[in-house]
Order: sequence, then structure tokens, then C-alpha cells
Amino acid sequence: MGSAGHDQALISARDAGLVACQRCGQVHAVQTAICDRCEGTLRSRDTQSLQKVWAWLIAGMIAYIPANLYPMLLTSTLVERSESTIIGGAVELAEHGAWGIATIVFVASVVIPMGKFMAIIYLAISVQRKSRENRHGRHKAYEAVEFIGRWSMIDVFVVAILSALVQLDTIATINPGIAAVSFALSVIFTMLSAQSFDSRLIWDADRTPQ
Amino acid sequence: MSATLPQLDDLVACPQCDTLHRAQSLPDGARAHCQRCGIVLMTSQPAAIAQVLSLALTAFVMMIAAVSFPFLTLDAGGLHNATSVIDAVLAFNDGYAFPLAIAVAFFIVVIPLMRLTALIYALGPLVREQSPRNGARTAFAFAERLRPWSMAEIFIVGVTVALIKVAGLAVVTIGPAFWAFAGVVVITVLKDQLICRYSIWEALDTTKH
Repeated sequence: MGSAGHDQALISARDAGLVACQRCGQVHAVQTAICDRCEGTLRSRDTQSLQKVWAWLIAGMIAYIPANLYPMLLTSTLVERSESTIIGGAVELAEHGAWGIATIVFVASVVIPMGKFMAIIYLAISVQRKSRENRHGRHKAYEAVEFIGRWSMIDVFVVAILSALVQLDTIATINPGIAAVSFALSVIFTMLSAQSFDSRLIWDADRTPQ
Repeated sequence: MSATLPQLDDLVACPQCDTLHRAQSLPDGARAHCQRCGIVLMTSQPAAIAQVLSLALTAFVMMIAAVSFPFLTLDAGGLHNATSVIDAVLAFNDGYAFPLAIAVAFFIVVIPLMRLTALIYALGPLVREQSPRNGARTAFAFAERLRPWSMAEIFIVGVTVALIKVAGLAVVTIGPAFWAFAGVVVITVLKDQLICRYSIWEALDTTKH
């Protein structure tokens, strides 16, 4: 384990009348605007954090609706033309017996986005209520959302590769559907939402208000 | 209150919960965690910067290979289709999906290359024990900011899923670019594991030398 020393009672940089740089950890007097170590902009707290979180989250949730309603893949073969949605694609894989891959697709394109929406809503509401409960759990949830969110993009890349690869004029072609665009937008918006969340707010509830 | 505080340079604040810690020099290989929220604040690996730089250079060369060579080839019923990484990007180039083609190009090729270039630019002189280049701090901050948007590893998992989807339909041959791309992914993960932001910022800080 590490040995970063700490004062008897843990205090925040803000309580000590200081402002910390989120990029490099350097501490400055509270009026400082630009970090002299890394030239980053200093902000003790991002006061508009929650506003941005909600805005991006709502945009992400709206984009997720057409992503599920419209086809993700347009397949045409000699005999038929078919369209498959996100869920449809996962079900098809499962019917072919590819359970492992079906699970990956289902987790990446349904479980992760849904879980992320709920996790961000929970984080934002608990901060607004200045909750003191389960801060370690909430911080873990924040880290998980930041880490896992990008993996939803798998489905968009699968569509990209399939439509590039399966272009055999008459026998079979696969083309991307409109849902691929809205799904990608949904992932991007929710990533921006998670990045706008200022995790320091989770830990502020029992600190002296200023 | 500030009278009881040590020098500002000896303090480090957790970027995720704002808790103040006193910075101490760590024994080699040790990690310091935030006492409150538990994230890793700093690690001590004296050779890390040189390793990060060499891994970044390797990944850069392999990335060039990954976009130049054939990636996957598909054969079915006498028809043949070879795909490069660029073709995968261009899959979205018709009409409404065009912005997505640009986004995919950025996520899997352009952003990873920009990150590598910025890291090589920022860390190069440090390894030769020279003072950092102009703009080295901007370059490193840029590389770190782009980190979540660099999705090469997600792309490679997507490729695997796609391969299994078409495996029953046609014969797929894996080209050299696939292995180069997989190599880039492994090297990038190793490199990002080694980056200790705190130590690199300290090394890039010209005002304190």
C-alpha cells in the first residue's frame, strides 16, 4: 500500500482555502485561475456539473429510443432481404447457438446503456439531495460508469466491420441501418454526461458548506 | 488555518474527491492511494517514462501497419472481398451515416494516433534528460483528455463478434493488419497502466527545476 501521508482528519483542498488541479493534483491558493504546473484551468467545484450531466443524459436517453426501434443491420441475400434491430440481432445469434457472443452483444448494447442511465440518475439525484449515504459505493459506481460506458460502442463497430466485409454483390450484402447512428450518438452523449459529473460533489455532503 | 499547512508543493489533492494529502517520495514499485475514496494517486516506477515512450513508439509503428495491410478477407461462393481498417470506416459513407464514418475513423485510428504522437512529443526529451519541449504540457494534457475516446480495443472485440457472425456464412481469412491492430491494443493497455500522471506532470514542470 502507498504512503501518501494525510492529516489526522482528512480535509479537502477547498476546506483548507485552497484549490486543487484535477489534472495534476497540484494545490494552489484559492484565487488562482491557472495551474502553474500543468497550465490547466482551476475550478474548486464545477458548479454547473449537474446541469450538464442532466442535459447530456437526457439527450443520450432520447437517442437510445430510435436506436432500438429502427434496424441496425440491413441484410440482403439471394432469396431475402431482412432488417434486424439491436435486440433482434442478439436473439438471432442466440438462436444460432452462439450464446457467448449473444450475451456480449446483449450486455454491451442493452445492459450497459440501461445500467449507465440508471447509475447516472442515481448519482445526480443523490448529489442534489446532499446524501451522505454509501459514498464509497457511489464513487465506485461513478468509476464504473466512466470505465464501462465506452464499451457500448462494440455494436457500432460490429456493424461497421460486417458492412465492410459482407459485400458480395449478388449473394449477400450487409449495410448499416439508421439505428447505428442513433446508437452511436446515445453512447457519445452518455459518455459526455458521465464526464461532466464532478465526483468531488459526492464527498462534499459532510464537509463545511461555503 | 493555512499557517499549519505545509508548503503547497508538498501537498497533493485527490482529483476525484478533493482530499488533501502530503506528498512523499515512495519506495520503488509502491502505489499511493487516496485515504478517502481509494483511487491511486501516484505510483513510483523510475523507469516508467522511458517505458511509456518506447511502448508509444512501438504502438505508433504498428498502427501504421494496421491501417495499411489487409485486415480481413471474405470468400463465399467464388466471390472474394478484402477489407482494410479504412474500408470498415467507409462502411458508413453513404448518405445519412456519413458523420458516423468520421466518428468511427476518429475513434479507431485518428484519436489513437493523435494520443501516441502527443505522448511521444511530450515525453521524448524527458527520456534524454533534456528540458521539456514548448507545448509539452499541452500535448500531455491533450493525450490524457483523449483517453476515453480512443476505442481501438473496443473495435477489436467488435471485430471478433463480427467474425463469429459471418463464420457460418463464408470463409474469413485474417490478414496481417488484424494482428498488428491486436498488438496496438495490448501495447496501449500496458502503456496506460504505466502512466502515473502525477510523476509525469512533476517531470514536465519546468518552473521547479
